[in-house]
Amino acid sequence: MAPHKIVLRFTSSTSDRPIIYHLVKDYDLVVNIVKAKINPHLEGTMVLDLDGERYEEGIQYLRDQGISVHPLTQEVVRNHDRCTSCGACTVHCPAGALYIERPSMEVQFNGDKCVVCLQCLKVCPVRAMEVRI
Amino acid sequence: MGVERTYKEINARIKAGKAVVLTAEEVIGKVREQGLAKTAAEVDVVTTGTFGPMCSSGAFLNFGHSSPRIRMSKVWLNGVPAYTGIAAVDAYIGATEIAEDDPANNNYPGEFRYGGGHVIEDLVAGKPVKLEALSYGTDCYPRREIETTVTINDINEAILFNPRNAYQNYNCAVNLSDKTIYTYMGTLKPRLGNANYSTSGQLSPLMKDPNFATIGIGTRIFLGGGIGYVVWNGTQHFPGWLKDGEGNIIGSAGGTLAVLGDLKQMKPQWLRGTSFQGYGATLTVGLGIPIPILNEEILRYAALSDEELHAPVVDYSEGYPNRVAGNLGLVSYAQLKSGKIIVQGKEVPTAPLSSYPKAREIAHILKQWIQKGDFLLGEPVQLLPGPAAGLTGKVLEIK
Ligand code: SF4
Ligand code: SF4
Repeated sequence: MAPHKIVLRFTSSTSDRPIIYHLVKDYDLVVNIVKAKINPHLEGTMVLDLDGERYEEGIQYLRDQGISVHPLTQEVVRNHDRCTSCGACTVHCPAGALYIERPSMEVQFNGDKCVVCLQCLKVCPVRAMEVRI
Repeated sequence: MGVERTYKEINARIKAGKAVVLTAEEVIGKVREQGLAKTAAEVDVVTTGTFGPMCSSGAFLNFGHSSPRIRMSKVWLNGVPAYTGIAAVDAYIGATEIAEDDPANNNYPGEFRYGGGHVIEDLVAGKPVKLEALSYGTDCYPRREIETTVTINDINEAILFNPRNAYQNYNCAVNLSDKTIYTYMGTLKPRLGNANYSTSGQLSPLMKDPNFATIGIGTRIFLGGGIGYVVWNGTQHFPGWLKDGEGNIIGSAGGTLAVLGDLKQMKPQWLRGTSFQGYGATLTVGLGIPIPILNEEILRYAALSDEELHAPVVDYSEGYPNRVAGNLGLVSYAQLKSGKIIVQGKEVPTAPLSSYPKAREIAHILKQWIQKGDFLLGEPVQLLPGPAAGLTGKVLEIK
């Protein structure tokens, strides 16, 4: 079976734990960190490939730590016609996937950097960011 | 004494296709390059633009009469109530109105996905909108209820009338508290997590004519992608100067405009239904004003740059909601646009809420309209009060 692609979301109280160490050491899992991002407020998002016999136990361990775990089946896309390039999303994107190009002040979206944290869907005032499943 | 021009002379040059028009961004470089006097002698008009959320916006609609007739004492458009305390089949749909069953902030922070601003965007886009109305029935208007769909083309008039738009300047909003807050200045992360601002700075209409030397009743403008007019000062019009510690003028603030235009010729990309998480629904409005360069003094202000224009930094967790006077310092638009500012010794990332690229596009569209001879300047029949009038806000006392 192929490794599971999952997204972990941390709050500031859960981002300081050595979870990868525990997943490998205690649950014997093979971990590949695809993307990881933590903002100055210590809220973070991590995309992992996770594989091993004790996968379910590992996931349970993560949830017990107060970390939210979701399968990575979603992709975030920008609706170009709706985006006004206002920039409101850029300070909320933890991954630098949405950023302002200077000096033009045009907002750019780099999907490769996106960690699917969905923050931009909430803060975009014109609902230009969409989830594609 | 430098150059002097009249509206009549400028309009004659526009009609002849000879007017020299620069955007408020372009004129800055021109003045730096060749000085005020020479630029004033060359340039007839400077165009400005802004594209940001403007809550005091809405549209008067007249639906026409059904058979039998109904007075319409209550109206909903796609479920959003419109104001009907005026004549039969007239209604005003306000940008911030939401459906009665919208959970608002009961589901904190609320999403405010669909409000009056979205109804206006749908109307302008030509989409069918559900119209529901109730009435008490009179001898002349017997019908008591109606349900149908309308498009903007089916109805008699659709007039955008925004009583407070184009705010001269805004606070740069920050949050000093320990929790995220949701404001009309967007989502503000705790402990100075971000600083949000909302004007187009050096492109912003009222910052480029802070004396209201040219903007007044009858000024023809770009409004929502069509043509509109300044019809009065906006509500809360208290124009003044921003000064630094030594009393030097470092910007302007407080002016507002009431604007009006035919919604039927506007475009949905310049009137966008907008939702602020945890705050409410509104309308993002595209607005641009041409500034006639009647003399060098007017050009001097029209050529102010982001380095010379400032905004006050204000805490929206405590200071603003409790109307505590004062601020956390003044920052220039150049600093704001750089992506970070320093507040209380801490580096804070900045984000705009109004789109600078769209503001630039508006200034360019307006420039093209004028260059093509399609758009003549409206000479105000009366100018609006400027900073010299000394207007200040009244406070609401609780008696
Ligand atoms: S979901 Fe949005 S905010 Fe989150 S990383 Fe992707 S682009 Fe950035
Ligand atoms: S907040 Fe929305 S409209 Fe503004 S730049 Fe981001 S995606 Fe575009």
